[in-house]
Amino acid sequence: MDILRVTATRIFYAILLLLAVLILNFTMMHLAPGDVADTIAQSMGGADEEVLARIRADYGLDQPFLVQLGTYMGKILRFDLGYSFYYSRPVTDLILQRLPATLLLVFTAQILAMIVGVVLGVISARRPNGILSHFVTFFALFGYSAPVFWTGILLLIAFSLKIQWFPVAGMRDVTLTGGFWVQAVDIARHMVLPTLTLASIFLALYSRLSRATMMEVLGSDYVRTAKAKGLSTREVVYKHALKNALSPVITLAGLQFSAVVSGAVLVETVFAWPGLGTLAFQSILARDTPTILGILFFSALMVIVGNLLTDFVLRLVDPRMRGRA
Amino acid sequence: MSDPSIPLPPVEKARSPLSEAWEMFRRNHSAMAGLVILTFIVLGAIFGPMLYPTDPFDMVWAPFSPPGEEGYLLGTDYLGRDLMAQIIHGARVTLIIGLSAAIVTIVIGVTIGALAGFYRGWVEEVLMRITEFFQVLPTLLFSMVIVALFGATLPMITFAIGIVSWTAVARITRAEFLRIRELEYVTASRAAGAPSGKLMFKVILPNAAPPIIVQSALMVGSAILFEAGLSFLGLTDPNIVSWGQIIGSNRQYILESGYTVTIPGLAIFVTVLAISLVGDGLNDALNPKLRQR
Repeated sequence: MDILRVTATRIFYAILLLLAVLILNFTMMHLAPGDVADTIAQSMGGADEEVLARIRADYGLDQPFLVQLGTYMGKILRFDLGYSFYYSRPVTDLILQRLPATLLLVFTAQILAMIVGVVLGVISARRPNGILSHFVTFFALFGYSAPVFWTGILLLIAFSLKIQWFPVAGMRDVTLTGGFWVQAVDIARHMVLPTLTLASIFLALYSRLSRATMMEVLGSDYVRTAKAKGLSTREVVYKHALKNALSPVITLAGLQFSAVVSGAVLVETVFAWPGLGTLAFQSILARDTPTILGILFFSALMVIVGNLLTDFVLRLVDPRMRGRA
Repeated sequence: MSDPSIPLPPVEKARSPLSEAWEMFRRNHSAMAGLVILTFIVLGAIFGPMLYPTDPFDMVWAPFSPPGEEGYLLGTDYLGRDLMAQIIHGARVTLIIGLSAAIVTIVIGVTIGALAGFYRGWVEEVLMRITEFFQVLPTLLFSMVIVALFGATLPMITFAIGIVSWTAVARITRAEFLRIRELEYVTASRAAGAPSGKLMFKVILPNAAPPIIVQSALMVGSAILFEAGLSFLGLTDPNIVSWGQIIGSNRQYILESGYTVTIPGLAIFVTVLAISLVGDGLNDALNPKLRQR
């Protein structure tokens, strides 16, 4: 089974990548001025050298670099990302608590961007000089050039402050009581603006790419054959051509995971969406190093898993990719 | 061989590739529009502060004074500072960071891509794994961490942007090197005994330049967006003013003064848009093969 062997190799490399992220994380923590002992001392209101030395000994900070690295890796294997002195909670707890909100936002935005992007791309590929085609080009330029937090703030001003259609911030209305559906509708209402903002960056990419590949595919021989067989245009476009035009889009989606996480940080900050992005922002303001590095590690993990999944989906969709390493 | 007394038929003067590309670029309306806007912005950043010497940190008037009132063309921010002065003085910082971060990106990317594409084998394997590693790190988060841990100074911000953005440049450079290193003229100059360094940077690089130049142009735009994002999050040197930083510091007051956020955002948008248009134009002008599209 080729596909199994290839997947196994991929997973092996993914684990190596993750180890590399860990080492980088730890090295940065080590190089950064100030350590955990300083943080603790600060929260105690200052301490002399003797106390600092004792704290360092307690936390193993007086050990050699490699020993500390080993301890750190051992902890990570047990899902222990350290302790946040700012929030007085384990970092893993903090991250897991914030994760669902981020995943919800990121996935909805990605799926929305992909579906709308591909539809726009296909329609404009069929009429390369139509109005919609120019609109796609223009929109793609906007998506490339507008700072995402600015787009978010513009939407916020327009649809939450001027016309009060959507809530200004957060994920749910705490005063609201009601069953599952009431809550779900409430969350959906809070989600609209952040999702649109985040999707706006990627919508442009997807529509431009699917427009280009679709135009290429529509000019190919097998599409002409399908047309010559007398199939309807609809069938040719959506059954024959679209299948082949999809795999570059999926590849692109896989490459976007890291950008999505980055975009989420800004969008969440604009809309006070209670996810990993706002956590990252707050912990950076608070100089809470364990939390920051925990989030960095965790998002790298998300990107790696995302890449693996994309790779797998791509092999399922495109038989030509199955044997390739 | 040829008799100089016989007049040769008039030959159309051969044109340099550069002037041909310029001809191509000039006929592209949106690219020219981008270039004009960009020139205007750059001139404004260089000479603006002399023509409009108001200190962007001075509290000149009551806070939240809307644009156009009391002689302040763009109004004042939450501390009563002149927004026009902030935009003009911020242009310099924004452009300088964008440009220098793009240079860092290109230097790292071209070096790694060139070495990987030229030497192949284990060098390529190792360098491409490193590239993959940097692609896995969420760019903005990673540079946030660097700036937060090692200090929000201009050089550190520039470095933080450069170190996360070079992977695309490295991939393009490598692909070009892989293609060009097999061409006959490279083999010829290798056979003539050219040392590796010369082969890489004098023989191959000039021919690999067009896509790298296009990518570099786009890199300036994305570096500006990146800097804006970082300073929006407050990860910036508080003693300087940049467009993103204006938005970040006024963010809480959008209810009172939306313009302090929309105007600097518009400045960023127009600048990056102009750079994208120029980049697209360069792409068409430098890749004649794509002209039919």
